[in-house]
Amino acid sequence: MLEVSQLGKTYGEGDGATHAIASVGFTISEKEFVCVVGPSGCGKTTLLKCMSGLLEPTAGTVELRGRRVTAPPPEMALVFQEYSRSLLPWMSVRGNVTLPLRHKKLGKGETARLVEEAVEAVGLTRFIDRYPWELSGGMQQRVAIARALAYQPEILLMDEPFASVDAQTRGDLEDLVLRVREQFGVTVLFVTHDIDESVYLADRIVVLTPSPTEVREVLSVDLPHPRDQVDTKELPEFARLRAHVYRLIKREQATGGDEDATPDSGARDAGGDRGGRDRVRG
Amino acid sequence: MRRHLELALEITVPIVLLALWGLVSASGDTFYFPPLTDILEKFQELWLFDRVGSDVLPSLERLFLGYAIACLVAVAIGIPLGLSPLLRRATSPIVEFLRAIPPPALLPFAVVVLGVGNAGKVFLIAFVCLWPVLLNTIDGVTGIDPTLRETARSYGVSGRDRLLRIVLPAASPQIFAGMRTSLSLALILMVISEMVASTNGIGFFVLQSQRSFAIPEMWAGILLLGLLGYALNLIFLLAERRVLAWHRGARASALG
Repeated sequence: MLEVSQLGKTYGEGDGATHAIASVGFTISEKEFVCVVGPSGCGKTTLLKCMSGLLEPTAGTVELRGRRVTAPPPEMALVFQEYSRSLLPWMSVRGNVTLPLRHKKLGKGETARLVEEAVEAVGLTRFIDRYPWELSGGMQQRVAIARALAYQPEILLMDEPFASVDAQTRGDLEDLVLRVREQFGVTVLFVTHDIDESVYLADRIVVLTPSPTEVREVLSVDLPHPRDQVDTKELPEFARLRAHVYRLIKREQATGGDEDATPDSGARDAGGDRGGRDRVRG
Repeated sequence: MRRHLELALEITVPIVLLALWGLVSASGDTFYFPPLTDILEKFQELWLFDRVGSDVLPSLERLFLGYAIACLVAVAIGIPLGLSPLLRRATSPIVEFLRAIPPPALLPFAVVVLGVGNAGKVFLIAFVCLWPVLLNTIDGVTGIDPTLRETARSYGVSGRDRLLRIVLPAASPQIFAGMRTSLSLALILMVISEMVASTNGIGFFVLQSQRSFAIPEMWAGILLLGLLGYALNLIFLLAERRVLAWHRGARASALG
């Protein structure tokens, strides 16, 4: 349903130009869960912004159901990494989730129903009249997810949504996303730098190279559904995929052959804030 | 404990100072510093409530009218200027020039063009109060978090909703800061405007009393102006606390 072809993005012109994305192409099918994973600073956010129509690519196209994306389409909803800055602190949870629906002119009853359904799906019904800043980080991100769901998107774009919550909450939120994806029947594009996360969530993984970004490899994840934080991660197939993706990213980063020469950009960015669970030293 | 001590100090220090003033001035041998009791007597005579209708109300009317016009116009102009870098560049020399004019210099102009009635005074107050609110509104709007702008765009929030539910609230902490500065300016300009070509108002009364050597009356007027400024600021802060409750909450949670 979503097709990215030869997408490129260059900032600036001439000698001072920065080639953020060289050329990226992949497709997402209906109801699919695709994770885009790549090293930090590889232009993931730029790619997502181009895909959502917030940023104009300098080359290539993004097509949603055959129509070219030039501005944020109404079939798309975004969840940003910085939940505290994308929620409105002067509005309650209900106000935040309702705001994008106001211009859809659905009628009061229908709007309220959608809002309550979405808030319930993320388990925040008790907090619907609270303000975002009264909630924890994980709960705020759930509000952002509820806002996206109530918008009734066909595709959900998530930009490293769980990068700034603790590991425990992160697992819960991952399961929540898998659950609401079933419940609401949405297609999901999930950008992350966390390899475990990408393997755990995805039907397919798009692995990117460092900037200027290209697609390194696209691989299918044939892990059984529903996924489970313990059982799924114990499967040999999970370990295999995880190691495979890890090598892809690691090899790209360690230009010059010596892996330990770039411990900073490699190990930390690949999963440093999670107690280094991705740190596989050869 | 500390809070109680602070509150006690806040209340007792002014009382002690007043008492000292009363004691020192009690002898009443200097003409320009009459006994405090005389001043308070006049204060009661004049402002409770003999001259309220003739001087206090006209003053307050000018003050509020000028202040309200300034705030409305400043926000109405400030938001588009904040949203459009091009517009901002085009107008910034004009804004910088106009706000650099010392306000009292406009008084003769206001009297000539708008007459000795209310219009000239309201104009002067509004003209002066405009700038702090305008500049703060522009700053507030330009400072809106890019993530917030992108959120609005990606969810198709535009037009009225964007203006009233995103831009205005996001800029409101800064707008309020400007409005608070302007409030004290409004009081100053009210007094100045009433001292030139005027027939009533508190400022007029203070000057008139001084010219007719009614010194206790003059002091009573000054006292009233001080109290008025204090009360206005207090009311403003209370209103701000209510309107910006979310801002304090959000800031507290971000720091904690």
